[in-house]
Amino acid sequence: MVDGVTWTLEGGVYELTLARPPCNEIGTATLAGLEQFLDAIAVDDAHALIIRSAVRGGFCAGADLRELHAGLVATPEAEAAPQLAAFLDRIHAVMDRLDTLPLTTIAVIHGVCFGGGLELALTADVRIAEKTARFGFPELRLGVIPGFGGVPRMRRELGDALPRDLLLTGRTINAKRAHGVGLVSQCVPTGEGLVAARALAAQIGKFDPVARVAAKRFLKVIPVEELAREKRLFLELAVRPPLRAALDRFVRSQDVRPYLP
Amino acid sequence: MSTAQTLIELAARRHGADASRLRPQDDMFEKLGIDSFQAAELMSEVELEFDVEIPDYELQGIRTFAALAAKIDARR
Repeated sequence: MVDGVTWTLEGGVYELTLARPPCNEIGTATLAGLEQFLDAIAVDDAHALIIRSAVRGGFCAGADLRELHAGLVATPEAEAAPQLAAFLDRIHAVMDRLDTLPLTTIAVIHGVCFGGGLELALTADVRIAEKTARFGFPELRLGVIPGFGGVPRMRRELGDALPRDLLLTGRTINAKRAHGVGLVSQCVPTGEGLVAARALAAQIGKFDPVARVAAKRFLKVIPVEELAREKRLFLELAVRPPLRAALDRFVRSQDVRPYLP
Repeated sequence: MSTAQTLIELAARRHGADASRLRPQDDMFEKLGIDSFQAAELMSEVELEFDVEIPDYELQGIRTFAALAAKIDARR
């Protein structure tokens, strides 16, 4: 297993635990861990998957901006786009595989769930948020759009209004608001997210497996064309100077709220 | 109780500080010693406690309990 991405299987329920400090930023290591998990799991032995974080800061703070910055600094500009495209292809493949697993998938969210972290959470069938969770797409402050499939998936789940609000304002919202608009299915007290997810996974285990998988396939279709458009637009924006400049500011920032524009 | 004092007590309770040693003009991040992730969680708690929503961009430059209390009052 990759350090920081571990999993268990007990009673037909996989628990995938992200534990990479500071807040499960998604770079090459976390991506490799997710790929290993997806290659290793035996879906016939399970009915549910719980995705959770074991770090205090939250579910996931998004893409690993420090790694992205280091990569862009070390790469000639002409090679940046193909390298980013290859990384995006791997990320999208992982997100699509998580999205379509023949298991009922539950994300347990506490604390920060920003950018790529929210995009990861949006692959889940059900999201359970602890009340101090916070959600947002801060990508515009970097001069890009979310690139891991988040906007098409949020539009699929919720329609246009919330993704437009979060992306175009860069603001973040709390768990109560996320529950109110249907972004999360359950809002529970702090520390109770995993308890609620395990109870839900146990309930899902009582359902007929053929009907369970068929229902998910019926209700959850990957927005293929929109994801491809998102990837193209992300890459067009990511090779422009504002991303490098914003990443420079981010890695040098000592601000307690570096995600603010 | 003023908004600033309620805010101080909430933040002190959440982060194990002594509320009697905190003042409205204190820099809350320095006094509480919190990082960016804790700051995000604290904002969720503040919004739930006061039943308000404060967009992140309105918080730029806000560092004292008093300044945050004024933002809260402006949204109520």
